[in-house]
Amino acid sequence: MAKVKGDIIIDIEKCKGCELCIEACPQDTLEQSRSVNTKGYLYIVKVQDNCTGCTNCALVCPDGAITVFRQSGKKKEQIAKITNVTGDLKVTVG
Amino acid sequence: MNEKKMTGDEHYETMIAEENICINENIVYDKPHDALYSTPMHYCPGCGHGVVHRLIAEVVEELGIIHDVIGVAPVGCSVLAYNYLNIDMSEAAHGRASAVATGIKRVLPDKYVFSYQGDGDLAAIGTGETIHTCNRGENILVIFINNGIYGMTGGQMAPTTLANMKSSTSPFGRDVQTMGYPLKITELVAQLPGTYYVTRQSVHKAVNVRKTKKAIMNGFLYQKENKGTCFIEVVSNCPSNWKMSPVESNKWLDENMLPFYPLGDIKIPSNSSKNNGE
Repeated sequence: MAKVKGDIIIDIEKCKGCELCIEACPQDTLEQSRSVNTKGYLYIVKVQDNCTGCTNCALVCPDGAITVFRQSGKKKEQIAKITNVTGDLKVTVG
Repeated sequence: MNEKKMTGDEHYETMIAEENICINENIVYDKPHDALYSTPMHYCPGCGHGVVHRLIAEVVEELGIIHDVIGVAPVGCSVLAYNYLNIDMSEAAHGRASAVATGIKRVLPDKYVFSYQGDGDLAAIGTGETIHTCNRGENILVIFINNGIYGMTGGQMAPTTLANMKSSTSPFGRDVQTMGYPLKITELVAQLPGTYYVTRQSVHKAVNVRKTKKAIMNGFLYQKENKGTCFIEVVSNCPSNWKMSPVESNKWLDENMLPFYPLGDIKIPSNSSKNNGE
């Protein structure tokens, strides 16, 4: 079974801890943290590595604090090649 | 093919794309950056206003009409909408947002004009303006946020408050014998011949957010057809004045508001396929 791998980034300073994303997430990836941000809200953190990038959390977020990433279909594609010649670093992209 | 070159002192390392997927090519959802300022919103945690603001910004960016949109902000919680939306906005007197939008649209008929109003603004003090705007068939989009309570002033009873629903001015529940019945303003304006597209959506679940976005996009697109008013009601929550947590308020909305305010298209253009009805 091909697993779709996704990831999210939460802007914890914009998060108000309303927990709507926890309800919306079908994978139980999110949880409320135990520390507060500068406004005093208990922000949301990602606690599991099973995100599929379904964007449900970002759609229901009233503050637009979540950015969702999903791995594209091409797997293990070589995007760059690093050649380390005793201190002389060469990076070839492509 | 790389193996031939792996000789001598050189070391090769291959960077695999799946190591770090938080790169720009993999973004599937990000908040709009042009039409929505990055200012933190003043709304309470879990309020539906933020979602609707973001949807308007997304639609405006996707249609590429950021310089051709003029919005009219109401009086109410969303009175500061122009602090968050990076589009031309005007402020209107309480309840008169659709009247101001009428004037803007008549002076600038090429622009996309929308008014953004709550239930205290549109359904209480501005009922006359709303009904006559829809009756004249002005080519504007009216976005109506219905949470069944006066949010900004402290949770007083609104015309859209449900029967037996508690508020600060009906502490024993709304008694329909003395306080009247909740007003279904969306069904009311759907009867008028001036309206072109009338729908009711909500933003409490991800699937409903997607439908609301389609409805707002249709509302902007239908303005170019010059056929009449587009009216979109969004059933929303008010966690602070309903005295619930955001998750509880969405559950309460699902169980109590939606049976009385059923979602779906109420009036759709007859010869159009762009609907998202249920």
